[in-house]
Amino acid sequence: MYKITRSPWVMHYDGSSCNGCDIEVLACLTPVYDAERFGIINTGDPMQADILLVTGGINTQNAPVVKQLYDQMADPKVVVAVGVCACTGGVFKDCYNILGGADQVIPVDVYVPGCAARPQAIIDGIVKGIGVFQERLEKMEKGESLTEDKEKKAEETAESEDK
Amino acid sequence: MTATEGKNEIIAIEPGELSVKAMEMKSKGLRLSQACAAWLRKDEKLELSYSFVDDDNYDMFNVRISLDNDKRDTEIASISDIFPYAAFYENEMRELFGANIKVINLDFHNKLYRIEEETPFVPKKEGQN
Amino acid sequence: MGKRSVIPYGPQHPVLPEPIHLDLVLEDEKIVDVLPSIGFIHRGLEKLTEKRDFNQMVYVTERVCGICSFGHGYGYCDTVEHIMNIEVPDRAKFLRTIWFELSRLHSHLLWAGLMADAFGFENLFYQCWRVREKVLDVIELTTGGRVIFSVNKVGGVLKDITPDMQKAILEMLDYVEKETKVLEKTFMNDYTVESRMKGVGVLTKEQAHALGCAGPFARASGIATDMRMRGYAAYGELDMEPIISNDGDCYGRCEVRIGEIYQSIDLIRQALDKLPEGELAAVVKGNPDGEYFMRIEQPRGEADYYIRGNGTPNLDRMRVRTPTFANLAGLCAVLKGADYADVGILAVTIDPCISCTER
Repeated sequence: MYKITRSPWVMHYDGSSCNGCDIEVLACLTPVYDAERFGIINTGDPMQADILLVTGGINTQNAPVVKQLYDQMADPKVVVAVGVCACTGGVFKDCYNILGGADQVIPVDVYVPGCAARPQAIIDGIVKGIGVFQERLEKMEKGESLTEDKEKKAEETAESEDK
Repeated sequence: MTATEGKNEIIAIEPGELSVKAMEMKSKGLRLSQACAAWLRKDEKLELSYSFVDDDNYDMFNVRISLDNDKRDTEIASISDIFPYAAFYENEMRELFGANIKVINLDFHNKLYRIEEETPFVPKKEGQN
Repeated sequence: MGKRSVIPYGPQHPVLPEPIHLDLVLEDEKIVDVLPSIGFIHRGLEKLTEKRDFNQMVYVTERVCGICSFGHGYGYCDTVEHIMNIEVPDRAKFLRTIWFELSRLHSHLLWAGLMADAFGFENLFYQCWRVREKVLDVIELTTGGRVIFSVNKVGGVLKDITPDMQKAILEMLDYVEKETKVLEKTFMNDYTVESRMKGVGVLTKEQAHALGCAGPFARASGIATDMRMRGYAAYGELDMEPIISNDGDCYGRCEVRIGEIYQSIDLIRQALDKLPEGELAAVVKGNPDGEYFMRIEQPRGEADYYIRGNGTPNLDRMRVRTPTFANLAGLCAVLKGADYADVGILAVTIDPCISCTER
């Protein structure tokens, strides 16, 4: 477990998911699994969010929406791809309207597998995301730039596209 | 409980008869349950099916227009002035299958799903790219 | 006449977790016109029939929607079985009915929670989802999955419900029934909740029929149509009546869905009581050749399946018409004339499943 000095807020966006992962994300925030014990709160406002949970693959119409939501979030920010569709496109990879996983348009930090991803796996992904968030926060407080990190991610994304 | 499975009939009609048939169904008090198109790969045919259902005894009548490959551009008059909510189905059929449905009351102009590929379910005609 | 303005709603919105975009034309605080635009989740999975054979398509169909996943898998299998003239064993029919009702139970509790969240009663939302988790536990025990069950196959089912599991189901039903009675009091009698729901978004019986509405949304307006009355699977041998309300407002829709929670509990008890012994699946030979239209009752309403086989393993067409697609016209109708503050409630009140709608 990391030393957490802030309470990162999460925002959830449903890409082209089948709802299976969405309701599991919501179930995570309810009392039985209670991801809020890690200090997170579900918010609908990208400007206040620190962690973006993306479910489902990217299609031609929601690509700009996901990109815009990511751009609206303030640094430091973390992206968690929940479910196999958000990781690679999953069962819908061969569909004519699916471009692939969330990493096609935004840099993804944590991948959570599963169809549908189990709440335990999602909580694990969120906790890993909090770790990444904490690292970036410390970097920012020291005055180091996050752009290197981002460029590295962008390169990785470009590489995966080449493949 | 008495299970009533209801009738399930397919009625083949000519493209021009659709409005008349839809009026007939409407006057019987039926509801449009769905409309869909199908591209038969083996026979190279485009089929449009409009399903009308009865809410009381669960009967279902499927009105079927069958178009050969060379005639698949045949103009079909929309039934959205008879059943207003048919507009969504007709927009879908036109966008995904290229069915030439005219005068839809809520016309999305092939932008219902806003996909990049044109008429993905139907193979391109020769000469088209 | 007040000043007109257009306010976009969605695709990312705090109330509705799913992306739908509505352009709301407002005159002061009243909505005068609505234009929905969909397509944020359109994947085009119906075309996958060209790449997957008809057995693999079961898994794709189950992922049309994660909430009514079992219903979609069932509808697909039943349609293919009709085309191929497969006689499904009785035990499989009853098991399918039990799982179908379990999925309806969890879907309606989910809806109740989202509804509570939409009118800002977060505590009630958490309570509904707490009860729902018990249903999911039983689903996991019997199928192995929490939201996507994957127990259907063409010809029958893949798993059995053993006597131990039956006991667990019955215990869960007692618990859910007890808890739902408590939740019902808040939904139906609480002064504040009532004032948010009574008289909001009224849809008359005539309107509902003219707009082709389906499922609980239509039943709340007094249309007594329930596809389960057609007696597919084992519903023909169980005792049930459609639950209707004549209010036609949000309160009526809530009443219908809570009534259906009790109905599902009752149906599962009946089905477990009558569960026959026997095989789990029939043998499937050959490929589907022919066509069939099938209608079943999903948690959200009537769903239509159309399958066209051509004698090869790859189907010519697999079509799903989902209940939310039918209810879109109804949603636009109830939004017209409503207050802007009620948009969230009205959007949730049709129990939208955008993922189903766009496939």
